[in-house]
Amino acid sequence: MSGLVISELNISHGAIRAVNDLSFTVKPGELAAVIGSNGAGKTTLLRTLSGLKSAHSGSVEWNGQSILRKKPEDLVRSGIVHVSDGKSVIPELTVKENLALGGIWRKDKKDVALATAEAIELFPRLGERMQQSADTLSGGERQMLAIGRALIARPKLLLLDEPSLGLAPLVIDQIFQAIKALRDRHNLTVVLVEQNAMGALRIADIGIIINLGKLVASGPAHELIDNPSLRAAYLGY
Amino acid sequence: MERLFNTILIGVSGGSIYSLMALALVLVWRSTRVVNFAQAGQAILSTYIGYEVITHTDNYWLAFPIALVAGALTGALIDILMVRTLMKRAHSGPVAGIAPVIATLGLLGLIRAIVGMIWGGDLRQFKLPVSNHGFTFGHNTIPFAPINLLIVVTTVVVMLIFSVIFQRTNLGLSLRASAYQPEIARLAGIRVDLTRTIGWAFAGAAGAVAGMLVTPTNYLSPNSLDLLLVSGFVAAVIGGLESLVGAAVGGLILGISLALVLEYISSSLAFPVAFVVLIAVLLVKPSGLIGAKRTRHA
Repeated sequence: MSGLVISELNISHGAIRAVNDLSFTVKPGELAAVIGSNGAGKTTLLRTLSGLKSAHSGSVEWNGQSILRKKPEDLVRSGIVHVSDGKSVIPELTVKENLALGGIWRKDKKDVALATAEAIELFPRLGERMQQSADTLSGGERQMLAIGRALIARPKLLLLDEPSLGLAPLVIDQIFQAIKALRDRHNLTVVLVEQNAMGALRIADIGIIINLGKLVASGPAHELIDNPSLRAAYLGY
Repeated sequence: MERLFNTILIGVSGGSIYSLMALALVLVWRSTRVVNFAQAGQAILSTYIGYEVITHTDNYWLAFPIALVAGALTGALIDILMVRTLMKRAHSGPVAGIAPVIATLGLLGLIRAIVGMIWGGDLRQFKLPVSNHGFTFGHNTIPFAPINLLIVVTTVVVMLIFSVIFQRTNLGLSLRASAYQPEIARLAGIRVDLTRTIGWAFAGAAGAVAGMLVTPTNYLSPNSLDLLLVSGFVAAVIGGLESLVGAAVGGLILGISLALVLEYISSSLAFPVAFVVLIAVLLVKPSGLIGAKRTRHA
């Protein structure tokens, strides 16, 4: 089966079961929002999908192939790219170097140049700051840089960990619109982990709500938004 | 005035070697966050291999690259066989910080013992690759000799090569990214383990160069480079442990200070002075002279 298929996934964090019997599917080209409060297991889930953390049991398949127990750098090379939380840029390097990092391993240098140009077109602010150290960027610009770097790897599955964290509402909107535009343009499959439930569900096709590592609800995003019982308990608006 | 100038020149020559050793330590520190005591062992092994080539071929210039490659291979092997495993087994808690360092200390003893078993403990000497008689200007002969010039020029070339690699190549970018933020580097698709091994190989090569440069004006024994390890550490810490420029500057500061003390005060003070300089720098600027900047450069 194509797309991302997660079945009965269990992930431990020391003695704690951070993700508990989680199963869901994201079809190719879908934008899935994974919603949950702090400590729901969202970040642990993403770290497992990108190979940074190992699962206890269960399976994760991407286009029919198991991706558990693979190294992050190998997963990146097969098109699974994770933008971790905390604005994953390297502050000691310049913007240009941070972008270049995303394509070092790629053989097709022409396409790296093209992808870099596309990233700058999507986030013109990066183009203006190429020679600056990433340390001088604002939170929003760092997020743009992190996503821009991910795009240079030409991802097929993009894993985004709380891109809205700590950003101003206007910037959040800009980042979310960019994510949606990317999906539409490149037919990416996106897993977007968010605490900002409303913002994420508005751009998503499907929503997956988890709490304490367990699946609470899943379905088309607009149905979740309209569900009054979910609203009060998990979506917080 | 002339005496001062001559003393500084000799200090630059001695400091160059400290810079190279500091560079070797900085490269390992940056790539794996390990304080590498084994560096003196790696350098002595490479230098003995160079010595062996010299005794068979009578050619220093052939021995030099061979020692350099031997140093690089030794460094890479230590990382692959020992450091990588240690870091996987002891990945968190207090032991994670200390285990690799103690392991390198053990390795230093082991390498020295092996070198002692193969070559024995006798003091040996290299044939000088170039003269150690000072340059003569008119009737004036200064202490600075062709061998010192060789040391300084080689160090400058090595430093320039490393700067270009770090600042202008993809390998350098991978090395820097893996050093600063290994997890983000990994998520960007960089093979961080391999990159770290390359860092260890570079460090081993730099240590071998230091050994091959210092030994002609000295003697060779299984622990003849131990003092150089200490000087290298002092220079690296003065320079902030993080940067190539810091290693170069730290080595020069230490070399010139030592030369001045030797010339003007007493030759018996050399060893304590190294530590006085270290403590003074740490008291005034604990992050080292170069390390305090927010943005780190290679």
